[in-house]
Amino acid sequence: MKAFARLLDALAFQSARNGKLQLLQEYFATTPDPDRGYALAALAGDLKLRTAKPKLIRELVTERVDPELFRLSYDFVGDLAETAALMWPATEGHCDPDGSPGLTDIVEGLNRLTRSDTPEQIADWLDRMDATTRWGLLKLITGGLRVGVSARLAKTALAELGHVAVSEVEEVWHAFDPPYTEIFAWLEGRDPVPDISKAPTFRPLMLANPVDESELLAFDPTAYFAEWKWDGIRVQVVSQRDGNGTLQKRVYSRTGDDIGDTFPDILDGIDFEAVLDGELLVVRDGVVAPFNDLQQRLNRKRVDPKLLDTHPAHIRLYDMLVAAGEDLRDLPLRDRRVRLEDWFGKTQPTRFDLSPILDFSSWDALSKIRAGARDSGIEGLMIKQADSAYQAGRPRGPWFKWKRDPLLADAVLMYAQRGHGKRSSFYSDYTFGCWRQDSNGSDVLVPVGKAYFGFTDEELAQLDRWVRNNTTNRFGPVREVEPGLVFEVAFDSIHPSKRHKSGVAMRFPRIHRIRWDKPIEEADRLESLEALIE
Amino acid sequence: MIRKIKQRPEDWLTVTPQGLYCVPGDFYIDPPGAVARAVITHGHADHARPGHEHALTTPQTLDIMRHRFGPGGVPDGQSLDYGTSLRIGDVTLRLEPAGHVLGSAQAVLEYNSQRIVVSGDYKRRADPTCAPFEVVTCDVFITEATFGLPVFRHPDAGDEIAKVLHSRKTNPARSVLVGVYALGKAQRVICLLRAAGYDAPIYIHGALEGLCALYERHGIALGALRSVTDAQTGELAGQIVLAPPSAARDRWARRLPDPIVAVASGWMGVRARARQRGAELPLTISDHADWDELTRTIHDVEAEEIWVTHGREEALIRYAALHGISARALSLVGRDEEESQ
Repeated sequence: MKAFARLLDALAFQSARNGKLQLLQEYFATTPDPDRGYALAALAGDLKLRTAKPKLIRELVTERVDPELFRLSYDFVGDLAETAALMWPATEGHCDPDGSPGLTDIVEGLNRLTRSDTPEQIADWLDRMDATTRWGLLKLITGGLRVGVSARLAKTALAELGHVAVSEVEEVWHAFDPPYTEIFAWLEGRDPVPDISKAPTFRPLMLANPVDESELLAFDPTAYFAEWKWDGIRVQVVSQRDGNGTLQKRVYSRTGDDIGDTFPDILDGIDFEAVLDGELLVVRDGVVAPFNDLQQRLNRKRVDPKLLDTHPAHIRLYDMLVAAGEDLRDLPLRDRRVRLEDWFGKTQPTRFDLSPILDFSSWDALSKIRAGARDSGIEGLMIKQADSAYQAGRPRGPWFKWKRDPLLADAVLMYAQRGHGKRSSFYSDYTFGCWRQDSNGSDVLVPVGKAYFGFTDEELAQLDRWVRNNTTNRFGPVREVEPGLVFEVAFDSIHPSKRHKSGVAMRFPRIHRIRWDKPIEEADRLESLEALIE
Repeated sequence: MIRKIKQRPEDWLTVTPQGLYCVPGDFYIDPPGAVARAVITHGHADHARPGHEHALTTPQTLDIMRHRFGPGGVPDGQSLDYGTSLRIGDVTLRLEPAGHVLGSAQAVLEYNSQRIVVSGDYKRRADPTCAPFEVVTCDVFITEATFGLPVFRHPDAGDEIAKVLHSRKTNPARSVLVGVYALGKAQRVICLLRAAGYDAPIYIHGALEGLCALYERHGIALGALRSVTDAQTGELAGQIVLAPPSAARDRWARRLPDPIVAVASGWMGVRARARQRGAELPLTISDHADWDELTRTIHDVEAEEIWVTHGREEALIRYAALHGISARALSLVGRDEEESQ
């Protein structure tokens, strides 16, 4: 547990992705099984553990220290696990490094213990640990490590350990349970690639590269399929029978997280055996709802039955990867499409439909189709080579995404915040606003969005200088600036938002151009942004 | 016939708007603004201010004050060695080491056979850059409580320094930038690095140079120090650099190759605080007493009363109450007097 707690501690303070990867790899390479596997599961959010309620932790501490001192301390620290870890009374001579319990002892112990034995066991563990290890244990058992590591990042570190692509790790991931000794054995070259044919595993997705019209002109349009790029989230539906003949159903996100529990309406509609690639959407009476509607169904621990009615989920299918146990991924897209359409015609699954293939004869014709798309559910076009095999990752060439032209607005820089890591001495995160009339009838700026990319390093240095020279106020890492600089901001779409003062929220905003020349009075008004809401 | 009543300590050492005032000696201790006569416990800016007509302190602190404020900031400075008694009016004053930074002292005041110790800031840990804290038994002990909560238990400073050395070793292309206060922390961190066997040159920010030289003049060997400003491009990769904590966020830091930002401070023990300060490598190294040192000290001095000042007074007062020691917040002393009038 000590090593795992040290890892969590270091991760919590490391904001750079590469730094986190380095810490994770070092840990996986130097920690034995099964500890590292349980650690991996905890980081990836896949560790099923009997958790302890905050109330229990509070009781354990106040049995040992004065409740008033605990209250004052908790008030200052603001985090229960940390307060308890820091003020837990040291037991003289009890905390020897070899005597402190291992992560495996803890995970297995917690799952073996009865509810009534748990408090005493936790207290005994805490007695045998130093403060950082106590913190790690309490974070682990109260749920929610919050050290800024996604499942994807943990798997990436794992892949680097075995010098394989992260897609290979993702593909075997769901076939095994913690502590994943089979995966480690394979990555360290002790075992061959594990057999996952009977498991409902995730097949890493094939992704597309962005493209524009001038690049497309080099290609033969008849060699490509085009279809709409639907504005939902990309998912993979996996349904296959396990060794016992039971149908195992999964809905995986783009990164291989199983989000099926959040979408019981989709799971109920699965009565087939296949692996399918599609877009998860909210669809009402055949009309795709704005992305915001889908957002409300995502990342919910508990499914709200009301939302199932008002925000019905739906999957629009792009591709078929496995049909009745047959892996189709090496077939050309045109053959996979035929299999998909055949299968769909026979199965007619509820809550699924096919993403139509668009008819076009030239890139120019396709460009017109693209320009005519006003449906809020459409993000742009997908252009796929008809003979492309389904390859994991983002291979250069076979698939393109041709997004709708971004929306543009001129907005005035209002606040700037220092960045992180290499950017920590630069004001690199910009909040910008548009004009609106206040109750007195005068024009004021109201923040409409925030962006931290879209400019070169050289421009960043210029912007940083401008911010420092025009600061009117400071709030911690944030500086308020004298209105004086206009950004041309690009964004994919704009939505009503109750959370923002302006009442609107931009999707994917970035700095398109810095308008050093433009007077701030000529920046856009909030009303013109509101007119862009679909 | 005059009945002799027991002398109350707050009658002769009182809190006034100008600061803590010793009535029978007619002087202030660490007053926040300029006064006629001041006794200074140590050189940090919240204790030593410029412009007093007359300032009395240890020779080291006097030197620090002259360095910081220039000769005009300390027009009439008087030094008093540790352990030497001086009669001021009806009061006897003695300075004893506080173990906080070079020259830091506790002011021991005696008046009509009553003894009050004003500890200033102090710590009980070993520190090669200053004389160790001296326990002086007394009637009233005035303690700081900067880290007066049981969540503050500073780890061994050597273990914290080991993190710096590990970080440097595993990141040869980056520099490790340690944020330190210019007076005390900087020199202590340098000495800790030297004690851990690190004898390569240490690079320092311009703001640290004067005080490092001053420490050297007082016999604290710091080894080879180099100025960051003089360093060639590329020279700072794999090096340890010391600078004031704010420098990491400053344009100054851009000359360092992808610095790992370490901050050495007692606050680093609490994660939210460490993150607030932008530390990637938090180092819990403090020149203030932690909870265990504070509680040990209020037992050691055997005082009848503890007055608690700047910091988390409440928890230390609570601790004292649980242990049958009378304690109160110093800021309340003045208010009590007002209410009783």
